Amino acid sequence: MSENDIETRVRKIVVEHLGVEEDKVTENASFIDDLGADSLDTVELVMAFEEEFGIEIPDDAAETIQTFGDAVKYIKDAV
Amino acid sequence: MRRVVITGMGMVTPLASGVEATWRRILDGQSGAGPITRFDASGLATTYACEVPRSGADAFDADDWLEPKEQRKVDDFIIFGIAAAEQAIADAALGDLGEAERERVGVMIGSGIGGLESIAETALLIRDKGPRRVSPFFIPGALINLVSGQVSIRHGFKGPNHSVVTACSTGAHAIGDASRLIRLGDADVMVAGGAEAAICEIGIAGFNACKALSTKFGDAPEKASRPWDSERDGFVMGEGAGIVVLEDLDRARARGARIYAEVIGYGLSGDAYHITAPPPDHEGAERAMRAALRSAGIAPADIDYVNAHGTSTMADTIEMGAVQRLLGDAAGAATMSSTKSATGHLLGAAGAIEAIFSVLAIRDQVAPPTLNLDTPPEDAIIDLAPNAKVEREIDVALSNSFGFGGTNAALLLRRMPD
Repeated sequence: MSENDIETRVRKIVVEHLGVEEDKVTENASFIDDLGADSLDTVELVMAFEEEFGIEIPDDAAETIQTFGDAVKYIKDAV
Repeated sequence: MRRVVITGMGMVTPLASGVEATWRRILDGQSGAGPITRFDASGLATTYACEVPRSGADAFDADDWLEPKEQRKVDDFIIFGIAAAEQAIADAALGDLGEAERERVGVMIGSGIGGLESIAETALLIRDKGPRRVSPFFIPGALINLVSGQVSIRHGFKGPNHSVVTACSTGAHAIGDASRLIRLGDADVMVAGGAEAAICEIGIAGFNACKALSTKFGDAPEKASRPWDSERDGFVMGEGAGIVVLEDLDRARARGARIYAEVIGYGLSGDAYHITAPPPDHEGAERAMRAALRSAGIAPADIDYVNAHGTSTMADTIEMGAVQRLLGDAAGAATMSSTKSATGHLLGAAGAIEAIFSVLAIRDQVAPPTLNLDTPPEDAIIDLAPNAKVEREIDVALSNSFGFGGTNAALLLRRMPD
């Protein structure tokens, strides 16, 4: 799976779940501070990443995923 | 004691989204019943219901009230409740409220069952994919008091935040209890009512198992809800929400609000008899109605119109007997109808939409019809408005609601002098 492919799929999940414009989902965009998520939204996002990529993200790792870039990096290393 | 009036109304019903659109269809004698479209009901004893219309004139569009991403997080009963509350709050034209005023505005919106479909779907998800897949929004999207919570958050209403759960009496109890909070000084304004969305496989199957639903009218669902008629065979499930804005009379007058009606009486009682059936004489219902009359300080003969609980079950004639005992010699002068003949039974929202229909009956001086009432009971003395609305003088209306567990509520509403 290419990094580009991972980015595209993660961006699609973020756009769908948070209802934000695609161009707002930049590498350093924080789910909570920039994209309007609350703590429950971030739990749901992590669940959606797990489902999409068939991986398990432990709770302590999930807490480190704060931005779009964090998510892409974590998933790239996990798959 | 403070007096309480209704200054705003909103509803989502199987006939339409909106109070006026629903009321027009009620007076026209239209039915909201049809085959179940939401899921494959072919394996169930009942294949029809009164679903909220999602297309056509005056249909309900959830996007009008809630962002799609927010809709995903909550059960349909919460969406219906938010929509009806937004309508009612806009109708009341409360204006921009300051912080101190918002602390005096409360919310009391209940539901009979709450997020039933969400619970069923989540149970299946756990079975198929394991507990880690459960959404963080499952619990706050299914809890009954989350309609009250959502409305409070959206508008910054920081007064009493409460929720009633009394099965099919929920809507009436919510309006009655919320009125009391205003009378006792806990709030100046209350947004009150009920919301329900139980037309799902587990909901229909569950009420089928209790032998509560109509089953014989698969070929003509619009004929199935027929309160008091000799061919009735159970209720038809409805869904939606009804919400009113209740307000302290002095506050409403001071701001020049349009006042629809006054809540003059409220009575409650328990049957202490059976989990689903009323006693043969429904003395519990009679006591609730008498309690409402006592709190209003009026006589039985003052009641012009009764919006009956009348679900199209065997209990209809038991309620009629209790009402006729209550009214005595005056029974022949009153009109009683069941709007469930048009809307089906909205369970926890029923008492709220029916209180609104009672208000509209007062406003327009017309009793809505009881549809499909072709063969009334022989011992009917009261006019049951069979198949046609009745234009008549209505100063005082009584709205009855009874629920499983033997819980009864009666609301009395009166026209405000101009």
